[in-house]
Amino acid sequence: MKKKKCVAMLLAGGQGTRLYALTAGIAKPAVSFGSKYRIIDFTLSNCTNSGIDTVGVLTQYEPLILNEYIGSGEPWDLDRANGGVHTLSPYQAKAGGEWYKGTANAIYQNIHFLNKYDSENVLILSGDHIYKMDYSRMLSEHVLSDADCTIAVIDVPVSEAPRFGIMSFDKDKRITDFEEKPKNPKSNHASMGVYIFKKDVLIEELIRDEKDKTSQNDFGKNIIPYMLKSGKKLYAYCFTGYWKDVGTVTSLWEANMDLLGDHPAINLNEPDMKIYSRNEPLPPSYIGETGNVINSVFTAGCEINGTIINSVVSEDVAIGKGSVIRNSVIMRGTVIGENVTVDYGMLDENVTVEDDVVIGDQNSSKERIALIGRDSVIRKGSVIASGDIVENK
Amino acid sequence: MKTLGVIFSNIHDKEINELTATRTLASVPYAGRYRLIDFVLSNMVNSGIYKVGIITKYNYQSLMEHIGSGKSWDLSRKNGGLTILPPYGRDSAAVYSSRFEAISNCAYYLREATETYVVMSDCDNVCNIDFSKVLSYHIEKHADITVVYRRKQLEEGDKKVRTKLELDSGGRVRKVITGNKHSGTVNVFTNMLVVNRKFLLSIIDNADELGYKSFSRDVLIRGVDDYNIYGYEYTGYFASIDTMANYYKHSLQLLDKSTRDQLFRSGGAIYTKVRDSAPCKIDDTGSVKNSLVADGCVIEGEVENSILFRGVKIAKGAHVKGSILFNNVLVDSGSYVNCVIADKFSHILESRTLSGHETRPYFLPKNTIV
Repeated sequence: MKKKKCVAMLLAGGQGTRLYALTAGIAKPAVSFGSKYRIIDFTLSNCTNSGIDTVGVLTQYEPLILNEYIGSGEPWDLDRANGGVHTLSPYQAKAGGEWYKGTANAIYQNIHFLNKYDSENVLILSGDHIYKMDYSRMLSEHVLSDADCTIAVIDVPVSEAPRFGIMSFDKDKRITDFEEKPKNPKSNHASMGVYIFKKDVLIEELIRDEKDKTSQNDFGKNIIPYMLKSGKKLYAYCFTGYWKDVGTVTSLWEANMDLLGDHPAINLNEPDMKIYSRNEPLPPSYIGETGNVINSVFTAGCEINGTIINSVVSEDVAIGKGSVIRNSVIMRGTVIGENVTVDYGMLDENVTVEDDVVIGDQNSSKERIALIGRDSVIRKGSVIASGDIVENK
Repeated sequence: MKTLGVIFSNIHDKEINELTATRTLASVPYAGRYRLIDFVLSNMVNSGIYKVGIITKYNYQSLMEHIGSGKSWDLSRKNGGLTILPPYGRDSAAVYSSRFEAISNCAYYLREATETYVVMSDCDNVCNIDFSKVLSYHIEKHADITVVYRRKQLEEGDKKVRTKLELDSGGRVRKVITGNKHSGTVNVFTNMLVVNRKFLLSIIDNADELGYKSFSRDVLIRGVDDYNIYGYEYTGYFASIDTMANYYKHSLQLLDKSTRDQLFRSGGAIYTKVRDSAPCKIDDTGSVKNSLVADGCVIEGEVENSILFRGVKIAKGAHVKGSILFNNVLVDSGSYVNCVIADKFSHILESRTLSGHETRPYFLPKNTIV
């Protein structure tokens, strides 16, 4: 079998505690996004669009919906005879077994997978970012510079820099300094959590790191700083497109809103960089006589008889007469009755909102999103204040 | 019971020659995101039929592109799955010209099959039917053929050729009349039927001897006394797409919720090829009323009582009314479009006025620039 140039390992085990009710019972990468997608669609589609046909998805927290969603990988064209998508969960072996302790440990526990495909390089990805990126360009640079590891870098506002891994590099883009979540960042070059390693170097580093009992087995905190200290060749790959970490309710809401407007920040309509997803077989959406949709996106199967302004609506959503949805995100299968108002709200999948309910208020903001967890039922006439979280228990 | 599906993709092409100029009737776009064949294919799959042959004659490139390996319908299978049955020409012999010849042409497919029953259907039937119920009825009646019919009130002046069935109290078909002079409420054959595979093969093999040339005339009409032909009544939503006016009328009926629910949500789901278009986007200046809108549309103008297929773009200040716009149609600003059926990739330039009538919608062929 021909040796593969690059295999991707997608870290999808994060619990996403800062998404609160949205990740109750579901892994963060499986959370709905942008009307017809789930967060993980972006990284999986990027792999396919970059010519990477072998992807290991490392799952751990609440993997059921995610595993089912990925299935054979067919929607992303990742149902390949040689390679394709594989979900890799922690397992029990003869010598024992344990949960994935950190990002590096998760890969360490799957070294057998890397050895099986024995690719020259390994691409490490996070399943909780929204961006469109051609990894093959990064791979070319990685090969050209003969780097041990290439890290994708995006410039962020200085004020946000302390949330990221921040690095400095010389004019050849060789990294000279790396700090994970620094209090006083030396630059605004942030790590996107996208790494390409030479496979042999990666395995060597993972084995070494695993032996270090003080290590947290994390790429940003341990592996990268150690490699830098020990004189390995680390290079930066500068990315300039749209990239967003959707780890918080606010950032997830913002990323959804980035699809709106005349010139949306992220364009989903590029024919050669499509984002693929698994879709239900639903008829086109219907907008009724009383329906009114302004600056919003929606997908198949909706029945819209109310007003939608500046909002993102997923498949199979019904919105009753007299209802007004503003600055909100409505996820799949949610049914909203008549005369309901939703402002700055995020309604998860299969929520039922009965008539005359008020959720959030017009003067609220992205920091105070009213969050309704999946399968919740909001009874007739209820009032849910902005910033409240309703969870179906 | 194992059943084989056979679909005729071209049989009524001539009835809507505008839409079938570049494609089979089977691949005529319908209901915002489907092709006509999606309905019968989905019905078969939802009824547990996983081996389907599609009989083609000409213009079937768009059909093959749509169908691919059949995986959108879960018909990409190791055993069975989807087979395109292209015309089988011998030397200078012309390709088939009747339904009977079409079936005879694919006798090899029927002969190699192991299924006991064959469900045959045209693809201009838009409905959500459970063939497994027809099949149970067929088995219960020990029928050779079970034809599916519906009760239809024929309007005054309706001169379409139809096949009318007369049944006895046991459900057996006693008389089959084809013609255009029927009136009142009659049992109209839907061109969907179940037949025993071996029975069908014996008819094909002995056709010369029996002098059979036409399926409806020789097998159904003349065969009612010799063969066990039963009728099964289908009572759900049914639209037969046989004229341009009918295409228009039935399409716009889908703007009615109960019609839509009957077709899409009363039985199995209707599957189609997935295109991964972006979600539909309506801008600040856009306004959409009483319309069906598919993914990938970008709407800045006004749309009412219309059906927009995937990737349609309506510019600011354009007004679209009572129209059906196929994939990737562009309507530029200031245009007024009324009662128009625009085929794929047509482009209506700035400030054009196009208007047809319900009985005769104005048709723009594929790739037209107006």
